[in-house]
Amino acid sequence: MQINVVINGKSRSFETDNNEFLADTLRKHGFLSIRQACNTSCCGLCTVWLDEKPVLSCSLLSVKADGRKITTIEGLSQEAEEFAKLLMAEGSDQCGFCSPGFIMTVLAMKRELQNPTEEEILHYLTGNLCRCTGYMGQLRAVKNYLGVK
Amino acid sequence: MKVVGKAIPKIDGLAITTGKPVYTEDLVVRDALVVKILRSPYAFARIKSIDVSKAQQLDGVECVLTYKDVPDARFTLAGQTYPEPSPYDRLILDQTLRYVGDEVAIIAAVDEKTALKAVKLIKVEYEILEPVLDFEKAGESGIIIHPEDDVHCNFDIGMDKDKNLVSRQYTEMGNVEEELKKCEIVVEETYYTQAQAQAMMETHRSFTYQDHLSRIVVVSSTQIPFHVRRMLSIALKIPSTKIRVIKPRIGGGFGAKQTACTEIFPALVTMKTGKPAIIVYDRTETFSCSTSRHPMKVTVKMGADKEGFIRAIDIQGISDTGAYGEHASTVFSLVGDKTLPLYNKTRAVRFMGDVVYTNKTPAGALRGYGATQGTFAVESTINKLAEKLNMDPSQLRLMNLIKEGENSLYHYEHMLGSSTLHKCIETGKRMIGWDEKYPRREMGGSKVRGLGMSVTMQGSGIAGIDTASAEVRLNDDGNYTLLIGSTDMGTGSDTILAQMAAEILETSVANVTVNAADTDTSPFDPGSYASSTTYVTGMAVVKASEELKEKILESGALLLGVPAENAEFSGDKVKVVNKDEFISIKKIAEKMVVAKWKHQLSGFATFGSPVSPPPFIAGFAEVEVDMDTGKVQLIDFVAVADCGTVINPSLARTQVEGGIYMGIGLALYEDVRYDYKGRLQTNTFMQYKLPTRRDLGKIRVAFEESYEPTGPFGAKSIGEVVVNTPAPAIMDAVYNATGVRITKLPITPEKIYMGLKK
Repeated sequence: MQINVVINGKSRSFETDNNEFLADTLRKHGFLSIRQACNTSCCGLCTVWLDEKPVLSCSLLSVKADGRKITTIEGLSQEAEEFAKLLMAEGSDQCGFCSPGFIMTVLAMKRELQNPTEEEILHYLTGNLCRCTGYMGQLRAVKNYLGVK
Repeated sequence: MKVVGKAIPKIDGLAITTGKPVYTEDLVVRDALVVKILRSPYAFARIKSIDVSKAQQLDGVECVLTYKDVPDARFTLAGQTYPEPSPYDRLILDQTLRYVGDEVAIIAAVDEKTALKAVKLIKVEYEILEPVLDFEKAGESGIIIHPEDDVHCNFDIGMDKDKNLVSRQYTEMGNVEEELKKCEIVVEETYYTQAQAQAMMETHRSFTYQDHLSRIVVVSSTQIPFHVRRMLSIALKIPSTKIRVIKPRIGGGFGAKQTACTEIFPALVTMKTGKPAIIVYDRTETFSCSTSRHPMKVTVKMGADKEGFIRAIDIQGISDTGAYGEHASTVFSLVGDKTLPLYNKTRAVRFMGDVVYTNKTPAGALRGYGATQGTFAVESTINKLAEKLNMDPSQLRLMNLIKEGENSLYHYEHMLGSSTLHKCIETGKRMIGWDEKYPRREMGGSKVRGLGMSVTMQGSGIAGIDTASAEVRLNDDGNYTLLIGSTDMGTGSDTILAQMAAEILETSVANVTVNAADTDTSPFDPGSYASSTTYVTGMAVVKASEELKEKILESGALLLGVPAENAEFSGDKVKVVNKDEFISIKKIAEKMVVAKWKHQLSGFATFGSPVSPPPFIAGFAEVEVDMDTGKVQLIDFVAVADCGTVINPSLARTQVEGGIYMGIGLALYEDVRYDYKGRLQTNTFMQYKLPTRRDLGKIRVAFEESYEPTGPFGAKSIGEVVVNTPAPAIMDAVYNATGVRITKLPITPEKIYMGLKK
């Protein structure tokens, strides 16, 4: 079937199967920032925004996105780069495979939480796995980005 | 130094973090066939009959291959320099299936849905055999996992197929039994380590196509392009000139991608169909059907005199390589190789044991590579010895550990070139507050905190074997191209190698384009494993850059019309000594490449080292245990590293933090379970727990730089040594808090609770 979405500010129609997940539909249509690492909704790599809220696109049926607004990192490039540079300054970009999903979650957190504590930050980001960094440099980058101690 | 030692951001950082299409799956060519594998549901079975006709008839299916359709040459998937010390015990597809997940058939179709449908249409009749699941009984089971006549080794690694023995090892310096008898204090303990998964975020994947010369091009998420080319040549029986292997950006490796588990399948499909093909393993396939850390049982006996000088260490082990022998003998040998040289007051040391086949997921390479298992066993025994001697374990180590300029029984002929390990211990103790907090503190209620420590070493490349080449080219417009065959897997090695070239050529990293890991264009490099890239490839880059610098100087002098000794190289120009006269590098490049001189300048060097200088870490853990429930929480982990000169502080720091994290996973969380039929139960992130950012306490890192005389700018390695200390340090911290010594990883609340109830 066909779904109509507004993706990164543009109206698009995608052909999709009824049982297809949004991550696959998006990759098929060239949004290659969407990455997957688990197939069990555990890793956070496929995070996109649905109506401004972070969701796991690997476990959201594409048909559920019909008529809604999707944001991928391709649509937030300037903001994403700003934060990415802070990750890179910490050397915590590493393999980068988890970064787009992680960055989408961080940018959503910035909109949602005012001056969060470390505990609130960890809680918000806990669904985003990373195997390279041990999370420490990511936390430093997030704190620098949010201007919190 | 202007570039080396600086926290230069990774050159590929922006592209990989912001989702640019730079990984294998992003680059797949159009209309690639999707490859899927039908896998064995049984741990040990033989195919009685296999009927693929229905699958073949399905619309969209292009190719179905069984053991009857594939070349019959045996090979190993281990990414090691030829002749590999791993047994040639695999066929692409075999009539015998040796673990749950072993490959039965290869299916290629126009899309994933069709391929999966075709997989289900294949009818197989199996003869189910009794599997060997307990590695401690593998030798005496009477069941032979590899009875085939044509399984062979490139050289003797102590194989005895009839006993499921891949490798038997025995190394002894001095007489251990005699020395142990003389010791006033002797301790002994047996340890078990689990089959940890590498769990890199990007699962295994590769795609293939034929180029304009009908060669097979393999684009793969691999750490070992040159080894993959050779392996494919052996397994597919085609000349290696017909194969090109390219590594794009890859989403982590940790050793998983030092074993070539996917490339053969799409390559074979492309060979058979002429069409491009892609295979992507999902997480479950990656857990069940690639490789993991070798599970081991290790018994350590250690003797000391009453002053606390360790005089004898005896290590005996059994290692489980699973159904195939990738990295079996070498991983096992590192149990002794990377522990025994640390304690050089010994008069005798021994390392011995067996690596055996079982009907389980094959083991392979994982960061630490045997040193991790050995460190857990030996360092835990050191901690136990300290308790028996009534000594502080840091003190026991300080008086027994090897120092710079000393040798050991293990490396009698080589003096240790660099070490600040003693300083690492002092710094780490200060950082964690050892003297105030060791061994335990009551925190009120049921909470108790304990401290524990460990030290470790690894290597930097494989001595006498690892050999890397590098080329640095001065391009026509005055910038540089660095050609290397090493494989940055997210570690930042492309960046730090560019830093080294830029330092020598007195330019910026931005002026050095890195071209890496393409077997058609890169100089040979075994790939990034064995902590080799900074040290081995790095030294090749340094030498190549120096050669080019010399050539630029000579050419500049020539163009200036002065003898070379009257000219000097200074970054963007060559100038006449003590004069204003100069010629820019850009001008030199232009004139040498395109004008009458007709001599493009490049530096080329090959480097291999007779030694493998060890990096060191001292690790300190503070844990909190709830004495009512056994719940354990890591509060603080301090790691102080000696990796020689730190080439890039932020990347080195992240390597340490990430390695400690992985070691914490091994210590506390990453449990591996099989059911009674040999099916891996922990095959998704639901069952196999990777620590999240809330499971860790603090990880704090410091460096105590040494200067390694044989390394580039004094550098050693950092990538692997970082994973080894958490397990023994946390184990001892839990012991100090609770009195419960958990010798079987991981250290779970259940095990602590059961121990407390004893």
